[in-house]
Amino acid sequence: MSTTYLEFLRAELVPGLMEGLWTSIAVIVPSAALGVLIGLFAGVLRVYGPRPVRQFTEAYVSLFRGTPLVVQVFFWYFALPYISIGGHSIVLDAIPASILAFGLCSGAYQSEYIRGGLLSIKRGQIRAALALGMTTRQAVQSVVLPQAFRRALPGCGNELIYLIKYSSLASIITVNELTGTATTIAKNTWRNIEVFCTLGVYYLVLVTLATWLLHLLEDSLSVPGFERHKS
Amino acid sequence: MAAENQTPPVLEARALGKTLGGNRVLDAVSLALPKGCVKVLIGPSGAGKSTLLQCLNFLIPPDSGSILLEGREVNARSRRELCSLRQQVGMIFQDFNLFDHLSAMENVRVALMKVKGMSKLDAGELALAELSRVGLLDKAALYPANLSGGQKQRVAIARALAMDPKVMLLDEPTSALDPELIGEVLAVIRDLAQNGMTMIIATHQISFSASLADEFLFMEKGRVIESGSPAELLRRDSGSRTLAFCAKISELSGEAGEAGLAAGLGESVRAGVSVGAAGLGAESPV
Repeated sequence: MSTTYLEFLRAELVPGLMEGLWTSIAVIVPSAALGVLIGLFAGVLRVYGPRPVRQFTEAYVSLFRGTPLVVQVFFWYFALPYISIGGHSIVLDAIPASILAFGLCSGAYQSEYIRGGLLSIKRGQIRAALALGMTTRQAVQSVVLPQAFRRALPGCGNELIYLIKYSSLASIITVNELTGTATTIAKNTWRNIEVFCTLGVYYLVLVTLATWLLHLLEDSLSVPGFERHKS
Repeated sequence: MAAENQTPPVLEARALGKTLGGNRVLDAVSLALPKGCVKVLIGPSGAGKSTLLQCLNFLIPPDSGSILLEGREVNARSRRELCSLRQQVGMIFQDFNLFDHLSAMENVRVALMKVKGMSKLDAGELALAELSRVGLLDKAALYPANLSGGQKQRVAIARALAMDPKVMLLDEPTSALDPELIGEVLAVIRDLAQNGMTMIIATHQISFSASLADEFLFMEKGRVIESGSPAELLRRDSGSRTLAFCAKISELSGEAGEAGLAAGLGESVRAGVSVGAAGLGAESPV
């Protein structure tokens, strides 16, 4: 009855986890894109926006950084359907609900890195751009953002790596991504050690791959004064 | 002088006032820059020199008064007029303010593309021409992080010149430089003056500016309290506030001192010129 680890891996674990892997990627990629996009907008608005907009984005960041991600995931999946406006309510499937939760939470953290990047660029460069006849918008677009993005990249990358790992929380609202699939296999086979250790390896590979891609991006954007500090 | 009556000054400020944090930083300052004229602002720190220069192109909006470009009052509420004014008024800052993520050539090129709408190729060609004008053609590909202070300031000058300004505002262009790098920047500024560029310079380089200024404006507490030709204000028996101030800073910076200043355009000035020329020679492209 008991098969070796390699046979178990080949017959059950890898085919199961492969399917979970694609679901994980289908959650991680849109969440990451959403997070970066929200973070970019919120970060720019927190620094350059008019006062009411600044306050609104500050409130967004406090709310989503200040509550547990599990609570947010539960909210979008279990609570949102009960909120009815004019007789209409929104019911999200498990995958869209996870993407929304991860994207919004990630965006709050990303905006913090973007904001830091923007603030690290000396105001003198904006003045110089304006003095050449650029509009504020042109100055921000072609002078500040390209530098702020390079400065923010290590932090933003770190947040993406967190996102890969907290995507496992989608399993608690029934998404059969890597962790969800692994839990099911473990329940059915009782081979907990093998299943969860192998699962760990999957995440490790994903994170290593993402780290490598981020370093490639950092290197391709590297100019003197904005180099990646190699350890 | 007759010509001055017919053509309005390139840039004119009328009764500029500015209050910052309860301090009267500019108190009804008026000045006019006729074409080809070089005026030098001197005075102690906090006198309002920098604020005045930045009010002239509305980087700091003045509370009162008006700016006229070639006789036409600039409407600061119109974004188009403001951008057009700033294109025609080049500005050089004490701390260079180069764009750190762009090479020397790209620093000069970016505004040509964004503001003047030039093609990348044309803008690049013009950028290289401007860099060669300040003797930096061989540094075009370097980034600010790899340039010396003097080279950075010369890139900043090339960047401003590329916009083809009618007048240049220089806000202490050499104050952030190591002493041995000042000469190369002064040589470029002298070259500009000799080619007829209209300029107003805030500086502490007294002997240098005495040799090329048409007029000294001495500022204190937000006002121009003395003005006149350098020779006039720096005459030993002039008893001017300007002379006393210049003597003091020359003494501190080890220039020729009061005697040299009193002689007007004496030994110290010639020394300044030769240092400048040597500086530029050393940095010329091969």
